[in-house]
Amino acid sequence: MEHYLNIFVKSIFIDNMIFAFFLGMCSYLAVSKTVKTSVGLGIAVIFVLLITVPVNFLVEKYVLKKGALIWLGEGFSDVDLSFLTFMVFIAVIAAMVQLVEMVVEKFSPALYNSLGIFLPLIAVNCAILGAALFMQEREYENVLEATVFGVGSGIGWMLAIVGIAAIREKMRYSNVPAPLKGLGITFILTGLMAIAFMGFMGITL
Amino acid sequence: MSDQEKEPIFSAKNWKLFTAPLDRNNPITVQVLGICSALAVTVKLKPALVMALSVTIVVAISNLVIAALRNYIPDRVRIIVQLVVIATLVILVDQILKAYAFDVSKQLSVFVGLIITNCIIMGRLEAFAMANKPWPSFVDGLGNGAGYGLILIIVAFFRELLGSGTIYGYPVLEKIGLYSTGYENNGMMILPPMALIVVGLIIWFQRSRNKELIEK
Repeated sequence: MEHYLNIFVKSIFIDNMIFAFFLGMCSYLAVSKTVKTSVGLGIAVIFVLLITVPVNFLVEKYVLKKGALIWLGEGFSDVDLSFLTFMVFIAVIAAMVQLVEMVVEKFSPALYNSLGIFLPLIAVNCAILGAALFMQEREYENVLEATVFGVGSGIGWMLAIVGIAAIREKMRYSNVPAPLKGLGITFILTGLMAIAFMGFMGITL
Repeated sequence: MSDQEKEPIFSAKNWKLFTAPLDRNNPITVQVLGICSALAVTVKLKPALVMALSVTIVVAISNLVIAALRNYIPDRVRIIVQLVVIATLVILVDQILKAYAFDVSKQLSVFVGLIITNCIIMGRLEAFAMANKPWPSFVDGLGNGAGYGLILIIVAFFRELLGSGTIYGYPVLEKIGLYSTGYENNGMMILPPMALIVVGLIIWFQRSRNKELIEK
């Protein structure tokens, strides 16, 4: 249990998607103008990570890894499909996002209306593919570890975007030098927030 | 002779396609594309240079391919088609890096794979290649790759010089004897947050020179 809690806390605070790896910056900068929309996008990202990371984990374990196809028979024991990783991961993500969109539209129109526009955008959010690739690189042992990591990364991402959106809403009342307005000050603010997040470094439970 | 009747390969228009992304229409500081992978690889000049080259190759060739195919791609499935073209090119780049520059490929870790979701590539395909001929699209891709690379190299130059005291691995500050005067490297520059702040400063510098880029 502690082990999972450790992965969870680590993926939210220490290995934060935005502050430590700069993943998903494009939508982070584009959508963080108001708190309301950034909460919507944050929830959508958590949702998609919750589904795609475990699915990609299973695909990696039973299809792509060297010797992973052994369940098909002895003849497949030395097949190595790992060079297809990028292609398969991005296809899984695009398909899952489409599927999630259809399921949500069917069963929860209210949620669909609040997430609707963000869901298709998420397929090309670097945070999603990034989480899948980190999951592969760090060699998590079972599906549960991968899921906990996925959800944690999503929550960390949401934390960051909601935080910067709140700051940007307040920023309207401050007197920023004209050339820094908008993009420039957002970069510097994100840098300062990242410095603050570095205070969590080294925490283990 | 038919080639000469068409517009020359480097006409003024094409040249402008190449130079605009270097400054006024820079993918990172003005279009706000491709920041995801830009910042994580800028601790040292060498990985930044390799990353810039890889992105330039992928964006130029995928622009060329998509522009050549643009009349045959059904509108509904264009995102998937684009992703497949990009992913194929990225797999090639990744395999080549693993074969010929293994240490750099290890340093770049997941960021080579993340070129697939790099917004510059999708952005240029959607905004330019889907509506233009192959050659201008290729030039546009080269220009945007170069503009992206330019920012990467500027950021990496300052981070490496101030953070580790070297330029492309060459210990400049040690050679000119700065350390004996009591100077120390600024360890802060190696940490991720400084990449963001350096880009913020570059934007500040660029926008104070080009007033029309200032946001309202």
